[in-house]
Amino acid sequence: MSKDVVTNIILRDDEDYIINMGPQHPSTHGVLRLEVCLNGETVKYVVPHIGYIHRGIEKMCEYDTYKQIIHLTDRMDYLSAHMNNEAVSLLVENALGIEVPERVKYIRAALNELNRIASHHLWWSAFGMDLGALTTFFYGLRDREKILDIFDESFGSRLLHSFVTPGGLMHDVHPNFRKNIMEFVKYFRKKLPEYKKLLTDNIIFQNRTKGIGVMTKETAIAFGVTGPSGRGSGFSCDVRKIAPYGIYDQLEFNEVLYTNGDSFDRYMVRMDEMVESMNLLEQIVDKMPEGTEFTAKMKPIVKLPEGEYFQRVETARGELDVFVVSDGKKHPYRMRFRSPNFSNMFTLNILGRGLKIADLVAISGSLDLVIPDIDR
Amino acid sequence: MNSIVKYFSEIFGGVRSLLTGMSVTGKYFISPGEIVTEQYPENRATLKMTDRFKGEVTMPHDENNQHQCTGCGICEVNCPNGAIEIITKKVPNESGKLVRAIDKHIYHLSMCTFCELCIKTCPSDAITWGHDFEHAVFDRTKLTKVLNKPGSSLKKKEAKS
Ligand code: SF4
Ligand code: SF4
Repeated sequence: MSKDVVTNIILRDDEDYIINMGPQHPSTHGVLRLEVCLNGETVKYVVPHIGYIHRGIEKMCEYDTYKQIIHLTDRMDYLSAHMNNEAVSLLVENALGIEVPERVKYIRAALNELNRIASHHLWWSAFGMDLGALTTFFYGLRDREKILDIFDESFGSRLLHSFVTPGGLMHDVHPNFRKNIMEFVKYFRKKLPEYKKLLTDNIIFQNRTKGIGVMTKETAIAFGVTGPSGRGSGFSCDVRKIAPYGIYDQLEFNEVLYTNGDSFDRYMVRMDEMVESMNLLEQIVDKMPEGTEFTAKMKPIVKLPEGEYFQRVETARGELDVFVVSDGKKHPYRMRFRSPNFSNMFTLNILGRGLKIADLVAISGSLDLVIPDIDR
Repeated sequence: MNSIVKYFSEIFGGVRSLLTGMSVTGKYFISPGEIVTEQYPENRATLKMTDRFKGEVTMPHDENNQHQCTGCGICEVNCPNGAIEIITKKVPNESGKLVRAIDKHIYHLSMCTFCELCIKTCPSDAITWGHDFEHAVFDRTKLTKVLNKPGSSLKKKEAKS
């Protein structure tokens, strides 16, 4: 570990003062409280305080059957609901040795990528708004709406779908699913250059993000930073590449890597990931088998054999790990989630130190934190 | 000299980037056809939710005030939040024997997380999604609903053709 990481305690002067950013501060995107020690406007250290939205999801899981757990995972990282659902579903399927139909794998991958784009949309909108560009918020949400409409048509809900379930899907997707995806990709390919003109090339935005909050590759690895935030530092950590699940080993895509590790690179990783996701969607729609099967044969009551099980997936913010200890009953004995946001957030202290307080907003925005996922 | 050139080129580059951005917003400003916002309370009459929209759990009744719920309690067991309570009663059937039937199918909308497990597991397809989404009320007890209508009875199964 670098010295940077270990030295966490800085002695305070009498002139310094402590302010609380949050838990209702709009730029923390949820109920996160940052205890910020300031000297003038310069940040001396940041201590995140979490737990304001702790619901005990891991404990609740111990009283739910595996099919009921799905609806709780939605509520961790609500912007990656499909990926969270899939993590638990894959774990159960692998533990029982169930092979889901090929079509289901393709649909799941399509949902993952749609969800990833929708999540990055919201992040882009909010990130621009954090830095004072209110227009991005409207444009981002306008395009995200198209994806939510696809979701709405197929599952009846827009954010928390509980759609992927152990053994397959809740029900079949809407007959228009494939057509809608193609339409969306065509639409969004036209709109993406607007994003570049509006925010990426903007001189104010660039000056506020370039060289701000530099995360070295060592810090990223030491803190376990994954997802776009880690890849902005050149840390290759895409679970879809290093431990492919579902259909990802048969699809062609690039892992987006940037090496500067500043806020702007983390931003660029997400922008490029949206393009990669669209490429993936096109491949998926091309290859998706016809048919109506949406679930594998499963017993109505799912019981995992005694033992320990582990599954990792890539959500929109990084690597989500699920670990289950089963004692052979229909409830897990212990369920543990390793959420990407938890690790990502604690780099704030390292990244923000020595910068101005307004830069802290840019950094926490570029890390794309979802607070309910941290507290669970 | 070089620094002066750099200084001015930065200023002009910056102004150009701002103008490019404004050209995008300007384009939308002068083309009202691109407006995507909906005026919600005003468009109530034309607002249509998708077919699969999850508004609330409902129990469809036919014209004879008959539903399909047998009172088996499977939905109650499958609900992860305890949002459904089944109260059964004994009623005599045609041959005079007492059989179990639904008395009250109580649904707590305030506890429902719209996971669809109850609807999916119901063996007689007695419940389904309703499309009403305006659930705001002043009193929480109003969110507890009895799904089977008063005086309703179990629909006789048609002979399988
Ligand atoms: S949708 Fe889920 S939470 Fe709501 S009543 Fe049905 S089973 Fe319970
Ligand atoms: S709604 Fe369906 S599952 Fe629930 S008690 Fe009635 S028949 Fe059984």
